[in-house]
Amino acid sequence: MNPLDRYEPLVDDVDAFRAACDRPLPSVVRTNGIAATPARVREAFDEAGVAYEPVDWHDGLFRLPDGNPGGNWPYVHGWTHGQEEVSVLPGLALDPQPGERVWDACAAPGSKTTQIADAMDDEGTVVANDNNLGRLSALRHNAERLGITNAVVTNQDARNFSTKPLAFDEFDRALVDAPCSCEGTCRKNPDVLDQWTLDHVHAVAGIQKGVLARAVQATRPGGVVVYSTCTFAPEENEAVLDHVLASEDCELVDFDLPLDTDPGVTEWDGETYDESVTRAKRIYPHRNDTGGFFCAKLRVGGAAGDGGGVADGGEVDA
Amino acid sequence: MSDDAPTNDGQQFDRLPETPADRAVEGRASREEVLDWWEERFGIGRDTFAEYSFWEKGAGKIWIFNGEASDPSEVEAVGMTFLRTRQEHWKPTGRAVSRFGSRATKNVIELGPERAAAFAAGDDQDLPEWDGDWGYLIATHEVAGESVPIGVGLYLYDELRSVVPKGSRADLPVVE
Repeated sequence: MNPLDRYEPLVDDVDAFRAACDRPLPSVVRTNGIAATPARVREAFDEAGVAYEPVDWHDGLFRLPDGNPGGNWPYVHGWTHGQEEVSVLPGLALDPQPGERVWDACAAPGSKTTQIADAMDDEGTVVANDNNLGRLSALRHNAERLGITNAVVTNQDARNFSTKPLAFDEFDRALVDAPCSCEGTCRKNPDVLDQWTLDHVHAVAGIQKGVLARAVQATRPGGVVVYSTCTFAPEENEAVLDHVLASEDCELVDFDLPLDTDPGVTEWDGETYDESVTRAKRIYPHRNDTGGFFCAKLRVGGAAGDGGGVADGGEVDA
Repeated sequence: MSDDAPTNDGQQFDRLPETPADRAVEGRASREEVLDWWEERFGIGRDTFAEYSFWEKGAGKIWIFNGEASDPSEVEAVGMTFLRTRQEHWKPTGRAVSRFGSRATKNVIELGPERAAAFAAGDDQDLPEWDGDWGYLIATHEVAGESVPIGVGLYLYDELRSVVPKGSRADLPVVE
């Protein structure tokens, strides 16, 4: 069975959805603002004869129609990093600020960690954690290549992450870009559809619940947690949010993304979820010609300490 | 040395002492010495690193860190690798040079397009015309009208050796 079949009831235009999933994605690079501006990257590409196309919703992203994102000087100098368009969304939703304490719970290989450090102007502390030591070496390589100096790299199981080695015991923001069944990456790697099993979906959903719960616990009252996956499976998306809403002190908040998105679903396979999961966003490949994605933004509850809520409180429902 | 004297540990990060007088671990560089070295070797002012802390893990591998850390002894990495000490000549990392090298005012060697591509590929090249210091240099080239560091070179006997690590070497087209 092709696992995409099961999501046909969720999408408005099945033919467009299936056709988009069958098309390959172009190589895309993100400008590393720690090292260069988008204008400077364009100038260097022009000078070297590297073909590129702008991405209309983000001036730091470039599609490279000829591929080979690593074969040019801007890459060697750490000005660019290969990163798929939708993969930039959780970092935008997280909106980290210079000087903050940010946890990237499932960080390897580091595309989002480096985007977070860039958004922080490399000031403050980003704790990049992953449970897989092998993947951490890729994370460290990427962080160094992009010149990031404000990252602490840890190797723990995020579900029971300890802040003991850190200089603080709670975060302003946390990103849970969870390990998932990855159907949304089928345009880059069609093998994910052949390897897909429902057992894996259920197993990984348990891990996702544990990591997201820990992220809420480790974030200060009023702080922000972003949850994202590259799967369409409601078991790994809305069901995980529903579980954490019921077990931890947090709420889902409205937020904006610069792409066409669909709301989270409240019913799936005989289950119903908290109504507020509609504030999460589903990103389908046929909407914006991207990979598939899921992204939700949570506000941690409890009494906010001095300094109040996070600076972008305007997005938080009163 | 007594048995319980502090020693260097390859498994944990320790903060550099402020000055040589504050040194508890034999052979460990101090913050003052690190700042002096960048200033003397490359003319990169001490203010550049005012906000950063320096850490050693393993023998002479110094890391630069811009975040908060009180006890990073059990973490995998803090910040980025910065400098190799505990050898006759201290050696900056290519990452440090990439990040901070554009501020250097001396021991910088500007390469033309062909030499820049050869350098990035890891090739050594004859360069008898260099009349500056021997030792570790910052190799740069011009991109989009500005000089950009490529990496660390070692200049000895009329030859510029590329010490770009194998994993960072790249075969790039010559950009005139």
